Amino acid sequence: MRIELHGIDYLILCVYFAFVLGIGWTLKRYIKTGGDFFLAGRSIPAWIAGLAFISANLGAQEVIGMSACGAKYGIMTCHFYWVGAIPAMAFVGIFMMPFYYGSRARSVPEYLKLRYDEKTRGFNAISFAVMTVFSSGISMYALAKLFEILLGWNFHFSVFISGVIVLAYIFLGGLTSAIYNEVLQFFLIVLGFLPLVLLGLKDVGGWQGLVHRLSDVSVSRGFAPGTFTHSWAQTGSATANPMGVEWFGVVFGLGFVLSFGYWCTDFLVVQRAMAANSMSAARRTPLIAAIPKMMFPALVILPGLIAISMHYQTKGAFLPMENGEPNYNMAMPVMLAHYYPAGMLGLGLTALMASFMSGMAGNVTAFNTVWTYDIYQSYIKPGQSDRHYLRMGHATTVVGIVLSAVCAYAATRFNNILDFLQLVFAFVNAPLFATFMLGMFWRRATGHGAFFGLLSGTIAAALHHGLTIPHAALVNAAGALKLTVPDDMLSKTPELVAKAAGIHGGWLGSIVHTYPSDMAQNFWTAIFAWTVCFVATILISLATSANKTDDQLKGLVYSLTPKIKDHDVPWYKQPATLGVIVIVGAIILNIIFW
Amino acid sequence: MKLDIRMPMGVMFVLVGAILTVFGLATSSDVALYRKSLGLNINLIWGIVLLVIGVVMVILARRAMRRSLDTTPPSREGKNEQSGVS
Repeated sequence: MRIELHGIDYLILCVYFAFVLGIGWTLKRYIKTGGDFFLAGRSIPAWIAGLAFISANLGAQEVIGMSACGAKYGIMTCHFYWVGAIPAMAFVGIFMMPFYYGSRARSVPEYLKLRYDEKTRGFNAISFAVMTVFSSGISMYALAKLFEILLGWNFHFSVFISGVIVLAYIFLGGLTSAIYNEVLQFFLIVLGFLPLVLLGLKDVGGWQGLVHRLSDVSVSRGFAPGTFTHSWAQTGSATANPMGVEWFGVVFGLGFVLSFGYWCTDFLVVQRAMAANSMSAARRTPLIAAIPKMMFPALVILPGLIAISMHYQTKGAFLPMENGEPNYNMAMPVMLAHYYPAGMLGLGLTALMASFMSGMAGNVTAFNTVWTYDIYQSYIKPGQSDRHYLRMGHATTVVGIVLSAVCAYAATRFNNILDFLQLVFAFVNAPLFATFMLGMFWRRATGHGAFFGLLSGTIAAALHHGLTIPHAALVNAAGALKLTVPDDMLSKTPELVAKAAGIHGGWLGSIVHTYPSDMAQNFWTAIFAWTVCFVATILISLATSANKTDDQLKGLVYSLTPKIKDHDVPWYKQPATLGVIVIVGAIILNIIFW
Repeated sequence: MKLDIRMPMGVMFVLVGAILTVFGLATSSDVALYRKSLGLNINLIWGIVLLVIGVVMVILARRAMRRSLDTTPPSREGKNEQSGVS
């Protein structure tokens, strides 16, 4: 499928580019110290930091990925928001931000050094730095690939233009520029996709019409009629819903481990709150972010739902097919092409471009800080002047973009390698939340406990992945080998297991458990990793002696930190009030779409 | 003080809104073009929406700018947050 762009569409795209660069250029004169460049001078008002907080995460993975999931799994995809993101964002704002912001750590790894020790920090800093470069590269690759398919743009041109623009505005204005542009991108994404949802809904006969159509989709997929429009009703058993997970996996795996792990420990998002201009603003950042975040399913999941209902209505002529299945990743682009005439199409594609660029920029600024402060200043060249590290920050921006481009090209040749690396990072990240939780709320947790707990959690994740496999991988392997094996014998046929082993799991040679879907496998990998890290950290901490005195842990651990009094801000601005509003809102949404 | 982000953002949406509005007006008789958007002249409608949003952002930014000029010495934290100036 191809979209024909007109002059007017290019004009809108150019206006966007001009403003993005203009903001970077204007901010250039305010960047004088390393603190300005890496931490935005800790001067960002709460609402700006809040919008940047979600925008940095609102990369292509979200826009393309969530609409794809919406088309594939229905409204259950909202669990990523109403069970996953929202409670985690409330938790980081109310309970964790006092330690991040109050400790004056400049990054998440630096907090780990203050709280635990050097090796825990090093482990986190290095894995995080590598991960950000790869994520940024994946964004770049996805953008170039999509624009090649959609618009016929040259792959090298897309890589070049997105790289140069992101490089320019970060190089000029550092984190402030990235944050300001993320706010611009946020509004652009919302205003660019909103009319699409409205037009789509009008076309399918409003929400009621969509519910009606989706019940046909559910039935034709072999599920109960309301499966696609209920988020909880079919989670009693994993086989009753297309996601293949039951409620426990959703609540504990996705809601608790994965979401808290991401929103509470990932420096990419936490960095935005750390740039806020006061402790109270830093704590409000994730809470302010949670309010629009709650509404995002309407913007990114709904188009997927509309796309799949159109797909069924047109008897499979809406989404492009791939290996006999609809290519769900094209849900959003196809919707844009279907409903937007020239003009609006330019706005829609600009919004898509903005989502890719905000994802890249978020990763590059996080990479900058972690590389310069946690790796370069700590292990390579300590004790230099601030100017030196500022220069390093500029140089790192260039290096970060160049490495992203290298990854983007690597992805064109070795697609599996990037999938594999993402898997490895998932292993590293899943247990991390246990390390932070114990660190912040249990003063007895020690450096050795944290490091070896993290290590055993990572290994547990790898082992669990190696010993299990999603059902579909075995079915595909059977198809490839042209074997007919009864369902319950699939995992017991060695040649099938050997064929299916790899990126989907099962690479340890024998299969202990078969999951109904790879989503279920992911959730349970996370649950195992977290539990092992949690238990191992406690046991090892008890066996080793504390490496920090209570005095050193002041401001880093809950019980040793004076409680924050919020009396100087009006009640409606207090984190606790906002937190209650956000949680009640999420509960109401869960009930409405039960 | 530093840049108030609502200013460039507002100007950009005014500009994009104006482009879409003008294009929508110029193509208002083009039935084939708007078949995609269910017969609605979405360029004109959304162009006006963007124009209004952009103008509101610019007004808010200007008001905040004037207020921060009026109040000397620079106001304390709570005030700054309300005005959105960093």
